[in-house]
Amino acid sequence: MVMAAPHTTSLGPVGPRAIMAALDQVADPEIPAVSIVELGMIGCIDVEPDRIVVELLPTFVGCPALEMIRDAVSDRLAEFGREVRVDISFATPWSTDRISPAGREKLRGSGFAPPPPTRPGRGLPMLGAAEAPVACPYCGSLRTTLENVFGPTQCRSIRHCADCRQPFESFKPV
Amino acid sequence: MSGTGPSTVAIANLNPEADAVRALAPGTREALAELLLTMADDEFVSGFTDSEWTGIAPLLEEDVAISSISQDELGHARALYQLLAGVLADGRDQDALAYDREPHEYRHARLLDHPRGDWADTIARRFLYELADEARLTSIGGAYRPLADLVEKLRREERYHRMHLLAWIDRLARGGEEPRRRLEEALVALGPDASTVFTPLAGERVLIDAGILTRTLGEAEAAWRADLSTVLVPLGLPMPPHASDTEDARRGHSDSFRWLWGEFTAVRRSEDGATW
Repeated sequence: MVMAAPHTTSLGPVGPRAIMAALDQVADPEIPAVSIVELGMIGCIDVEPDRIVVELLPTFVGCPALEMIRDAVSDRLAEFGREVRVDISFATPWSTDRISPAGREKLRGSGFAPPPPTRPGRGLPMLGAAEAPVACPYCGSLRTTLENVFGPTQCRSIRHCADCRQPFESFKPV
Repeated sequence: MSGTGPSTVAIANLNPEADAVRALAPGTREALAELLLTMADDEFVSGFTDSEWTGIAPLLEEDVAISSISQDELGHARALYQLLAGVLADGRDQDALAYDREPHEYRHARLLDHPRGDWADTIARRFLYELADEARLTSIGGAYRPLADLVEKLRREERYHRMHLLAWIDRLARGGEEPRRRLEEALVALGPDASTVFTPLAGERVLIDAGILTRTLGEAEAAWRADLSTVLVPLGLPMPPHASDTEDARRGHSDSFRWLWGEFTAVRRSEDGATW
Protein backbone atom coordinates (compact mmCIF):
# COMPACT_ATOMS: atom_id res chain seq x y z
CA MET A 1 0.00 0.00 0.00
CA VAL A 2 1.23 3.45 -0.85
CA MET A 3 0.98 6.05 1.84
CA ALA A 4 1.34 9.65 0.81
CA ALA A 5 1.29 11.07 4.31
CA PRO A 6 2.57 9.82 7.65
CA HIS A 7 0.20 7.40 9.30
CA THR A 8 -1.81 8.83 12.12
CA THR A 9 -2.96 7.54 15.47
CA SER A 10 -4.59 9.18 18.44
CA LEU A 11 -1.16 10.63 19.16
CA GLY A 12 -0.92 12.27 15.75
CA PRO A 13 1.43 11.39 12.89
CA VAL A 14 3.72 8.42 13.40
CA GLY A 15 7.03 10.03 12.70
CA PRO A 16 10.33 10.07 14.50
CA ARG A 17 9.31 13.22 16.36
CA ALA A 18 6.19 11.62 17.82
CA ILE A 19 8.17 8.54 18.74
CA MET A 20 10.90 10.57 20.42
CA ALA A 21 8.21 12.48 22.34
CA ALA A 22 6.77 9.18 23.55
CA LEU A 23 10.22 7.85 24.48
CA ASP A 24 10.90 11.06 26.38
CA GLN A 25 8.25 9.79 28.81
CA VAL A 26 10.23 6.62 29.53
CA ALA A 27 12.17 7.26 32.73
CA ASP A 28 15.50 5.81 33.71
CA PRO A 29 14.53 3.17 36.31
CA GLU A 30 17.35 4.24 38.63
CA ILE A 31 16.96 8.04 38.24
CA PRO A 32 13.27 8.54 37.43
CA ALA A 33 13.64 12.32 36.99
CA VAL A 34 15.55 11.78 33.75
CA SER A 35 14.23 10.19 30.57
CA ILE A 36 16.13 7.80 28.37
CA VAL A 37 15.98 10.43 25.60
CA GLU A 38 17.61 13.02 27.87
CA LEU A 39 20.28 10.47 28.75
CA GLY A 40 21.04 10.05 25.04
CA MET A 41 20.21 6.34 25.02
CA ILE A 42 18.27 6.44 21.75
CA GLY A 43 20.24 5.89 18.56
CA CYS A 44 18.41 5.44 15.25
CA ILE A 45 14.65 5.24 14.91
CA ASP A 46 13.31 3.50 11.85
CA VAL A 47 9.60 3.90 11.09
CA GLU A 48 8.23 1.34 8.67
CA PRO A 49 4.59 0.83 7.62
CA ASP A 50 4.13 -2.12 9.91
CA ARG A 51 6.78 -1.70 12.55
CA ILE A 52 9.00 0.65 14.49
CA VAL A 53 12.66 -0.19 15.11
CA VAL A 54 14.44 1.62 17.94
CA GLU A 55 18.16 1.42 18.55
CA LEU A 56 18.89 1.50 22.29
CA LEU A 57 22.42 2.41 23.40
CA PRO A 58 23.35 0.92 26.80
CA THR A 59 25.04 3.36 29.18
CA PHE A 60 27.20 0.53 30.53
CA VAL A 61 27.67 -2.88 28.93
CA GLY A 62 26.47 -4.74 32.00
CA CYS A 63 23.70 -2.34 32.99
CA PRO A 64 21.18 -4.51 34.84
CA ALA A 65 18.36 -2.06 34.08
CA LEU A 66 18.70 -2.61 30.34
CA GLU A 67 16.02 -5.28 29.98
CA MET A 68 13.64 -3.16 32.04
CA ILE A 69 14.28 -0.18 29.78
CA ARG A 70 13.85 -2.27 26.65
CA ASP A 71 10.50 -3.56 27.89
CA ALA A 72 9.40 -0.05 28.90
CA VAL A 73 10.22 1.20 25.38
CA SER A 74 8.15 -1.60 23.83
CA ASP A 75 5.24 -0.89 26.17
CA ARG A 76 5.36 2.85 25.57
CA LEU A 77 5.39 2.50 21.78
CA ALA A 78 2.70 -0.19 21.68
CA GLU A 79 0.01 2.46 21.29
CA PHE A 80 1.29 3.34 17.83
CA GLY A 81 -0.31 0.07 16.80
CA ARG A 82 2.69 -1.48 15.11
CA GLU A 83 5.20 -4.13 15.92
CA VAL A 84 7.99 -2.61 17.99
CA ARG A 85 11.53 -3.91 17.83
CA VAL A 86 14.21 -2.65 20.21
CA ASP A 87 17.79 -3.38 19.17
CA ILE A 88 20.42 -3.07 21.88
CA SER A 89 23.45 -1.76 20.05
CA PHE A 90 27.07 -0.79 20.63
CA ALA A 91 27.54 0.52 17.08
CA THR A 92 27.47 4.03 18.52
CA PRO A 93 29.20 3.84 21.90
CA TRP A 94 27.14 5.65 24.52
CA SER A 95 29.10 8.37 26.24
CA THR A 96 28.20 10.75 29.07
CA ASP A 97 28.66 13.48 26.45
CA ARG A 98 25.31 12.33 24.97
CA ILE A 99 23.33 13.55 28.01
CA SER A 100 21.28 16.58 26.91
CA PRO A 101 21.45 19.99 28.65
CA ALA A 102 17.92 19.37 30.03
CA GLY A 103 19.05 15.97 31.26
CA ARG A 104 22.07 17.50 32.98
CA GLU A 105 19.83 20.01 34.78
CA LYS A 106 17.46 17.28 35.92
CA LEU A 107 20.35 15.19 37.20
CA ARG A 108 21.57 18.14 39.23
CA GLY A 109 18.04 18.68 40.59
CA SER A 110 18.01 15.05 41.75
CA GLY A 111 21.29 15.38 43.61
CA PHE A 112 23.57 13.93 40.93
CA ALA A 113 26.44 16.01 39.65
CA PRO A 114 26.40 15.91 35.84
CA PRO A 115 29.54 14.42 34.34
CA PRO A 116 32.41 16.59 33.16
CA PRO A 117 33.03 16.37 29.41
CA THR A 118 35.20 13.45 28.34
CA ARG A 119 38.42 14.09 26.50
CA PRO A 120 38.77 11.36 23.94
CA GLY A 121 42.29 10.32 23.14
CA ARG A 122 43.68 11.65 26.36
CA GLY A 123 43.98 8.18 27.81
CA LEU A 124 44.16 7.37 31.50
CA PRO A 125 42.87 8.55 33.87
CA MET A 126 39.47 10.03 33.15
CA LEU A 127 38.62 10.97 36.70
CA GLY A 128 40.96 12.41 39.25
CA ALA A 129 42.77 15.42 40.58
CA ALA A 130 43.69 16.74 37.13
CA GLU A 131 40.08 16.90 35.98
CA ALA A 132 37.91 20.00 35.87
CA PRO A 133 36.23 20.49 39.26
CA VAL A 134 32.79 18.96 39.73
CA ALA A 135 30.27 21.28 41.37
CA CYS A 136 28.28 20.08 44.38
CA PRO A 137 24.65 19.60 43.23
CA TYR A 138 23.39 20.90 46.60
CA CYS A 139 25.40 24.08 47.25
CA GLY A 140 27.28 24.65 43.99
CA SER A 141 30.69 24.62 45.69
CA LEU A 142 33.62 23.56 43.57
CA ARG A 143 35.50 22.34 46.63
CA THR A 144 34.58 18.71 46.08
CA THR A 145 36.71 15.59 46.10
CA LEU A 146 36.40 12.20 44.49
CA GLU A 147 35.85 9.62 47.23
CA ASN A 148 35.31 6.57 45.06
CA VAL A 149 35.33 6.16 41.29
CA PHE A 150 32.86 3.33 41.84
CA GLY A 151 29.43 3.93 43.27
CA PRO A 152 26.11 2.25 43.93
CA THR A 153 25.55 1.59 40.24
CA GLN A 154 27.99 1.08 37.40
CA CYS A 155 27.49 4.57 35.99
CA ARG A 156 28.02 6.52 39.20
CA SER A 157 30.92 7.72 41.37
CA ILE A 158 30.89 9.07 44.92
CA ARG A 159 32.15 12.57 45.76
CA HIS A 160 32.19 14.75 48.87
CA CYS A 161 31.60 18.48 49.24
CA ALA A 162 33.99 20.26 51.63
CA ASP A 163 31.58 23.21 52.07
CA CYS A 164 28.19 21.68 52.79
CA ARG A 165 29.84 18.42 53.95
CA GLN A 166 27.45 16.39 51.89
CA PRO A 167 28.42 13.23 50.04
CA PHE A 168 26.90 13.09 46.57
CA GLU A 169 26.97 11.00 43.44
CA SER A 170 28.22 12.01 40.05
CA PHE A 171 28.05 10.30 36.69
CA LYS A 172 31.25 8.47 35.83
CA PRO A 173 32.47 10.02 32.56
CA VAL A 174 32.75 7.40 29.82
CA MET B 1 7.00 6.19 -4.26
CA SER B 2 7.50 3.19 -2.08
CA GLY B 3 5.40 2.25 0.87
CA THR B 4 8.14 3.15 3.27
CA GLY B 5 9.04 6.46 1.62
CA PRO B 6 7.91 9.39 3.70
CA SER B 7 8.06 7.82 7.13
CA THR B 8 11.49 6.20 6.91
CA VAL B 9 13.88 8.64 8.50
CA ALA B 10 16.93 6.86 9.72
CA ILE B 11 18.00 3.43 8.76
CA ALA B 12 18.92 1.09 11.54
CA ASN B 13 20.65 -1.87 9.96
CA LEU B 14 18.09 -4.47 10.86
CA ASN B 15 20.38 -7.23 11.95
CA PRO B 16 23.99 -6.19 11.49
CA GLU B 17 25.26 -9.06 13.58
CA ALA B 18 23.54 -11.75 11.52
CA ASP B 19 25.02 -10.16 8.36
CA ALA B 20 28.47 -10.09 9.92
CA VAL B 21 28.24 -13.74 10.96
CA ARG B 22 27.08 -14.77 7.48
CA ALA B 23 30.07 -13.00 5.95
CA LEU B 24 32.56 -15.12 7.92
CA ALA B 25 34.37 -17.99 6.22
CA PRO B 26 33.85 -21.27 8.13
CA GLY B 27 37.47 -21.41 9.37
CA THR B 28 37.30 -17.80 10.50
CA ARG B 29 34.06 -18.45 12.29
CA GLU B 30 35.62 -21.29 14.25
CA ALA B 31 38.68 -19.21 15.14
CA LEU B 32 36.52 -16.26 16.19
CA ALA B 33 34.42 -18.54 18.42
CA GLU B 34 37.61 -19.68 20.17
CA LEU B 35 38.73 -16.07 20.75
CA LEU B 36 35.31 -15.02 22.05
CA LEU B 37 35.11 -18.04 24.36
CA THR B 38 38.48 -17.27 25.96
CA MET B 39 37.63 -13.58 26.38
CA ALA B 40 34.16 -14.30 27.79
CA ASP B 41 35.38 -17.01 30.17
CA ASP B 42 38.18 -14.77 31.47
CA GLU B 43 35.73 -11.96 32.22
CA PHE B 44 33.13 -14.31 33.66
CA VAL B 45 35.43 -16.25 35.99
CA SER B 46 37.32 -13.16 37.19
CA GLY B 47 34.02 -11.36 37.79
CA PHE B 48 32.55 -14.23 39.73
CA THR B 49 35.69 -14.81 41.78
CA ASP B 50 35.87 -11.21 42.93
CA SER B 51 32.12 -10.89 43.51
CA GLU B 52 32.89 -13.13 46.49
CA TRP B 53 34.30 -10.01 48.17
CA THR B 54 30.91 -8.31 48.32
CA GLY B 55 30.15 -7.70 51.96
CA ILE B 56 33.60 -8.68 53.25
CA ALA B 57 36.06 -6.36 51.46
CA PRO B 58 38.57 -4.68 53.79
CA LEU B 59 36.96 -1.21 53.57
CA LEU B 60 33.39 -0.12 52.92
CA GLU B 61 34.42 1.99 49.92
CA GLU B 62 36.37 -0.94 48.57
CA ASP B 63 33.38 -3.19 49.03
CA VAL B 64 31.51 -0.85 46.66
CA ALA B 65 34.43 -0.69 44.22
CA ILE B 66 35.23 -4.40 43.92
CA SER B 67 31.52 -5.22 43.65
CA SER B 68 31.12 -2.68 40.85
CA ILE B 69 34.20 -3.98 39.02
CA SER B 70 32.89 -7.55 39.33
CA GLN B 71 29.50 -6.47 38.03
CA ASP B 72 31.18 -4.79 35.05
CA GLU B 73 33.12 -7.98 34.26
CA LEU B 74 30.01 -10.17 34.44
CA GLY B 75 28.24 -7.70 32.14
CA HIS B 76 31.17 -7.83 29.73
CA ALA B 77 31.02 -11.62 29.83
CA ARG B 78 27.31 -11.52 29.03
CA ALA B 79 27.91 -9.31 25.98
CA LEU B 80 30.77 -11.55 24.79
CA TYR B 81 28.71 -14.74 25.29
CA GLN B 82 25.92 -13.11 23.27
CA LEU B 83 28.34 -12.50 20.40
CA LEU B 84 29.60 -16.06 20.77
CA ALA B 85 26.03 -17.39 20.64
CA GLY B 86 25.55 -15.56 17.33
CA VAL B 87 28.76 -17.01 15.89
CA LEU B 88 28.13 -20.57 17.07
CA ALA B 89 24.43 -20.47 16.09
CA ASP B 90 23.92 -23.85 17.72
CA GLY B 91 20.83 -22.90 19.71
CA ARG B 92 22.67 -22.03 22.92
CA ASP B 93 22.10 -18.55 24.32
CA GLN B 94 24.36 -16.59 26.65
CA ASP B 95 22.95 -18.30 29.72
CA ALA B 96 23.52 -21.76 28.33
CA LEU B 97 27.08 -20.79 27.42
CA ALA B 98 27.76 -19.30 30.84
CA TYR B 99 26.17 -21.98 32.99
CA ASP B 100 25.53 -25.22 31.13
CA ARG B 101 29.09 -26.42 30.66
CA GLU B 102 31.14 -28.83 32.72
CA PRO B 103 34.18 -27.38 34.57
CA HIS B 104 36.67 -28.83 32.06
CA GLU B 105 34.93 -27.01 29.18
CA TYR B 106 35.76 -23.52 30.47
CA ARG B 107 38.67 -21.82 28.71
CA HIS B 108 39.71 -19.08 31.13
CA ALA B 109 43.42 -18.56 31.68
CA ARG B 110 45.19 -20.36 34.52
CA LEU B 111 45.92 -16.97 36.13
CA LEU B 112 42.19 -16.74 36.87
CA ASP B 113 42.05 -20.27 38.24
CA HIS B 114 43.64 -19.12 41.48
CA PRO B 115 41.33 -18.76 44.47
CA ARG B 116 40.27 -15.36 45.71
CA GLY B 117 42.94 -15.51 48.45
CA ASP B 118 43.64 -12.53 50.67
CA TRP B 119 43.34 -8.91 49.61
CA ALA B 120 46.91 -8.75 48.30
CA ASP B 121 46.30 -11.89 46.21
CA THR B 122 43.18 -10.33 44.72
CA ILE B 123 44.90 -7.02 43.95
CA ALA B 124 47.91 -8.77 42.39
CA ARG B 125 45.78 -11.14 40.28
CA ARG B 126 43.38 -8.44 39.14
CA PHE B 127 46.21 -6.00 38.36
CA LEU B 128 48.02 -8.59 36.20
CA TYR B 129 44.75 -9.47 34.49
CA GLU B 130 43.44 -5.94 33.89
CA LEU B 131 46.64 -4.92 32.13
CA ALA B 132 46.65 -8.15 30.13
CA ASP B 133 43.02 -7.63 29.14
CA GLU B 134 43.87 -4.14 27.89
CA ALA B 135 46.72 -5.52 25.77
CA ARG B 136 44.32 -8.07 24.32
CA LEU B 137 41.51 -5.55 23.67
CA THR B 138 43.94 -3.30 21.81
CA SER B 139 44.81 -6.29 19.60
CA ILE B 140 41.25 -6.55 18.25
CA GLY B 141 40.93 -5.19 14.71
CA GLY B 142 37.87 -3.80 12.96
CA ALA B 143 37.08 -6.68 10.60
CA TYR B 144 34.34 -8.24 12.71
CA ARG B 145 32.26 -5.15 13.41
CA PRO B 146 30.08 -6.44 16.28
CA LEU B 147 33.21 -7.31 18.30
CA ALA B 148 35.07 -4.12 17.38
CA ASP B 149 32.05 -2.03 18.46
CA LEU B 150 31.80 -3.88 21.75
CA VAL B 151 35.54 -3.54 22.41
CA GLU B 152 35.34 0.22 21.91
CA LYS B 153 32.70 0.32 24.62
CA LEU B 154 34.49 -2.12 26.95
CA ARG B 155 37.68 -0.06 26.91
CA ARG B 156 35.80 3.00 28.18
CA GLU B 157 34.84 1.01 31.26
CA GLU B 158 37.98 -1.04 31.77
CA ARG B 159 40.20 2.04 32.13
CA TYR B 160 38.55 2.73 35.48
CA HIS B 161 39.47 -0.76 36.59
CA ARG B 162 43.11 -0.24 35.68
CA MET B 163 43.17 3.14 37.38
CA HIS B 164 41.81 1.55 40.54
CA LEU B 165 44.24 -1.37 40.52
CA LEU B 166 47.21 0.91 39.86
CA ALA B 167 46.24 2.92 42.94
CA TRP B 168 46.06 -0.26 45.04
CA ILE B 169 49.40 -1.62 43.83
CA ASP B 170 51.00 1.67 44.79
CA ARG B 171 49.23 1.74 48.13
CA LEU B 172 50.25 -1.80 49.11
CA ALA B 173 53.80 -1.41 47.80
CA ARG B 174 54.37 1.70 49.90
CA GLY B 175 52.11 0.63 52.74
CA GLY B 176 54.74 -0.64 55.15
CA GLU B 177 56.20 -4.02 55.96
CA GLU B 178 53.21 -6.36 55.97
CA PRO B 179 51.22 -5.01 52.98
CA ARG B 180 54.36 -4.94 50.88
CA ARG B 181 55.45 -8.42 51.89
CA ARG B 182 52.01 -9.84 51.10
CA LEU B 183 51.89 -8.10 47.74
CA GLU B 184 55.36 -9.39 46.81
CA GLU B 185 54.40 -12.92 47.86
CA ALA B 186 51.22 -12.72 45.78
CA LEU B 187 53.09 -11.46 42.71
CA VAL B 188 55.67 -14.24 43.08
CA ALA B 189 52.97 -16.90 43.52
CA LEU B 190 50.89 -15.72 40.54
CA GLY B 191 53.84 -14.75 38.33
CA PRO B 192 54.37 -18.10 36.58
CA ASP B 193 50.70 -18.12 35.48
CA ALA B 194 50.35 -14.42 34.69
CA SER B 195 51.09 -14.64 30.99
CA THR B 196 48.62 -17.50 30.43
CA VAL B 197 46.10 -14.87 29.30
CA PHE B 198 48.21 -14.78 26.11
CA THR B 199 48.18 -18.53 25.50
CA PRO B 200 48.27 -18.83 21.69
CA LEU B 201 44.96 -19.68 20.03
CA ALA B 202 44.75 -22.47 17.47
CA GLY B 203 43.16 -20.08 14.97
CA GLU B 204 45.33 -17.06 15.68
CA ARG B 205 46.85 -16.86 12.20
CA VAL B 206 43.39 -17.12 10.62
CA LEU B 207 42.14 -14.24 12.79
CA ILE B 208 45.11 -12.06 11.85
CA ASP B 209 44.65 -12.79 8.15
CA ALA B 210 40.96 -11.92 8.50
CA GLY B 211 41.75 -8.63 10.29
CA ILE B 212 39.94 -9.66 13.47
CA LEU B 213 43.23 -9.60 15.37
CA THR B 214 45.89 -7.04 14.51
CA ARG B 215 48.79 -8.88 16.16
CA THR B 216 49.61 -12.23 17.70
CA LEU B 217 48.92 -12.80 21.38
CA GLY B 218 52.68 -13.18 21.78
CA GLU B 219 53.07 -9.61 20.53
CA ALA B 220 50.29 -8.51 22.87
CA GLU B 221 52.19 -10.17 25.70
CA ALA B 222 55.30 -8.15 24.88
CA ALA B 223 53.21 -4.95 25.03
CA TRP B 224 51.79 -6.10 28.37
CA ARG B 225 55.28 -6.72 29.78
CA ALA B 226 56.37 -3.24 28.75
CA ASP B 227 53.26 -1.81 30.40
CA LEU B 228 53.79 -3.85 33.59
CA SER B 229 57.41 -2.83 33.88
CA THR B 230 56.50 0.87 34.01
CA VAL B 231 54.56 0.11 37.21
CA LEU B 232 56.44 -2.76 38.87
CA VAL B 233 60.06 -1.79 38.22
CA PRO B 234 59.94 1.69 39.83
CA LEU B 235 58.30 0.14 42.90
CA GLY B 236 60.93 -2.61 43.06
CA LEU B 237 58.28 -5.30 42.63
CA PRO B 238 58.94 -8.60 40.80
CA MET B 239 58.03 -8.94 37.12
CA PRO B 240 56.30 -12.21 36.16
CA PRO B 241 58.66 -14.75 34.57
CA HIS B 242 58.02 -16.08 31.08
CA ALA B 243 55.67 -19.02 31.31
CA SER B 244 57.41 -22.33 30.64
CA ASP B 245 54.29 -24.44 30.30
CA THR B 246 51.41 -22.98 28.34
CA GLU B 247 50.23 -26.26 26.84
CA ASP B 248 47.16 -26.65 29.05
CA ALA B 249 47.02 -23.08 30.33
CA ARG B 250 43.33 -22.72 29.47
CA ARG B 251 42.34 -26.30 30.31
CA GLY B 252 42.60 -28.64 33.27
CA HIS B 253 41.32 -26.32 35.96
CA SER B 254 42.03 -26.24 39.69
CA ASP B 255 39.96 -27.52 42.59
CA SER B 256 39.20 -23.94 43.58
CA PHE B 257 37.66 -23.33 40.15
CA ARG B 258 35.59 -26.48 40.46
CA TRP B 259 34.29 -25.14 43.79
CA LEU B 260 33.48 -21.78 42.17
CA TRP B 261 31.73 -23.58 39.31
CA GLY B 262 29.53 -25.33 41.87
CA GLU B 263 28.62 -21.93 43.29
CA PHE B 264 27.85 -20.12 40.05
CA THR B 265 25.90 -22.97 38.49
CA ALA B 266 23.90 -23.81 41.64
CA VAL B 267 20.75 -21.89 40.69
CA ARG B 268 20.85 -22.94 37.07
CA ARG B 269 21.25 -26.60 38.02
CA SER B 270 18.43 -26.42 40.54
CA GLU B 271 15.99 -24.94 38.05
CA ASP B 272 16.22 -25.88 34.42
CA GLY B 273 16.27 -22.79 32.21
CA ALA B 274 16.88 -20.21 34.97
CA THR B 275 18.11 -16.99 33.36
CA TRP B 276 20.29 -14.01 34.33
